[in-house]
Amino acid sequence: MNAIQTEHLTKFYGKTRGIEDVSLSVEVGDFFGFIGPNGAGKSTLIRTLLGLIAPTAGRAELFGRDAIKCRIENLNDIGYLPSEATFYSGMKVGELLKLSANLRKCDCTEQARELCERLELDTSRKIDELSLGNRKKVGIVAALQHNPKLYILDEPTSGLDPLMQKEFFTILQERNEQGATIFLSSHVLSEVMRYCNRAAVIREGHLIVSDTIQNLKQIGAKRVVLHGTTMPPLIPGLKHTRAKGKTVQFMYNGQTDVLLQALARMSLEDVSITDPDPEEILMHYYESAKEAN
Amino acid sequence: MTLLLHELKRNKLSLIIWSAAVAFMLGVCVLIYPEMAEQMKEMSDMFANMGALSDAFGLDQLGFKDFMGYFALEFGEMLCLGGGLFAAILGAGMLAKEEKDHTAEFLLTHPISRVSVVTSKLLAVLIQVVVLNLSTLIVTLICILAIGEQLQAGTLALLFLAALILQLEIAAITFGLSSLLRRGALGLGLGLALGFYFMNLVANLSEQLEFVKYITPYGYADAAHIVSEGRIEIKYLAVGLIVSAASIALAYKKYTSKDIA
Repeated sequence: MNAIQTEHLTKFYGKTRGIEDVSLSVEVGDFFGFIGPNGAGKSTLIRTLLGLIAPTAGRAELFGRDAIKCRIENLNDIGYLPSEATFYSGMKVGELLKLSANLRKCDCTEQARELCERLELDTSRKIDELSLGNRKKVGIVAALQHNPKLYILDEPTSGLDPLMQKEFFTILQERNEQGATIFLSSHVLSEVMRYCNRAAVIREGHLIVSDTIQNLKQIGAKRVVLHGTTMPPLIPGLKHTRAKGKTVQFMYNGQTDVLLQALARMSLEDVSITDPDPEEILMHYYESAKEAN
Repeated sequence: MTLLLHELKRNKLSLIIWSAAVAFMLGVCVLIYPEMAEQMKEMSDMFANMGALSDAFGLDQLGFKDFMGYFALEFGEMLCLGGGLFAAILGAGMLAKEEKDHTAEFLLTHPISRVSVVTSKLLAVLIQVVVLNLSTLIVTLICILAIGEQLQAGTLALLFLAALILQLEIAAITFGLSSLLRRGALGLGLGLALGFYFMNLVANLSEQLEFVKYITPYGYADAAHIVSEGRIEIKYLAVGLIVSAASIALAYKKYTSKDIA
């Protein structure tokens, strides 16, 4: 059984596209990254899973239960962190966490205390007075304090400082090891690559690819940087060529021996051939989707 | 239950201020009656003969000479209009404020059904309107006893009952309308309450416009009419109850299938 399963899921807001024909599966125990630029449809998919919006076509299931019909059962198992957490004005952190626990009919005092301690969140402060990052922490504790089976996190790290990001991911990894499924959206591939075991890329409402991180990294291209020349070699398979001073860099996805022979004929000061960085990998997927269109 | 308590807690201050203001003003009106009565012995006939103005406020049906006539006029303005505005603000904001303030996303991602969200919020409206009316009733009774006037329990009961139903109807209508909107219906709610009030004034002016009383809840809650006739006009009330029920049904239907953005 999958924690999340969507089949041809489509959502239009009137004539505006949200997502189109998205078929995605997330297995129980996955640490799943959902990547896409702003406005690609990440939040639309998440809102459909949560039953906040009804799909125009297709279906979504969580643990084998329909997202709309079994909304209450599903939400019992979900901890959700919105990208921009907004709370009731005038409430203290502790009151809000208590309200969230009461709405779930559970006593989460101990969990909440521990999480607040680890994230350095003061429960006696008024939420209105908190910084963006601290407000995010309130959302995190509210999403985690009831120990759900599935975590749906919409751009969880935006607004958090690097130390807190690290602590947050440590907590998520602990929960994941205990068997929970993590589904997080992000537009930063590097953080997804560091922590997730699987990921999917969405762009303009369409799912481009969904695979293990290992496979996603294998885009068959290398990043080549040449020092001491102003021109790239004249061979096929070059992309994103950029020249600056006496340095030229490009992506290469042709045959290795062709590249090496071409380089051997050039007079160069230095050469480096490396794996592409995460953002370049992401660009590769975005562009291959564009070409396919 | 959690949500109901949460709503009541959030609205506590506004409820206290509105209840105190309405009860205080009506109480003061009662307390100054003995003095007014002295001064207005001669003016009462004049008030009753100001033509259209007297008709609009029902002064032709009542005299200032007796307490209930005076009370009915003040009652219509303080509790029916004041309470009506409170009910409109309350009803219009209940559902809509969650979406306007983006807290709907927080609330509705907890395992709580939308039906129970609507029910809790309706109960919160009902309780608050009842509290406002009850506190006004108590203050009014104390003030009436304080100035030594005879308690006309039957008429008073009818007046307060009609006013309560009127406020609940306004709350129900604005509540229903707010389920259709995303950006809050406060302006619309206040406009509607004031509009209803003026519709009744206009309806009092001309017999040709009497049908308007079917539309506005101020028709059946017209204090002058209740005091002079000793009853609530059932035909107007029936329409009000049907409209209230339909508005609440609309709120349930719309809110349970609405996309929360």
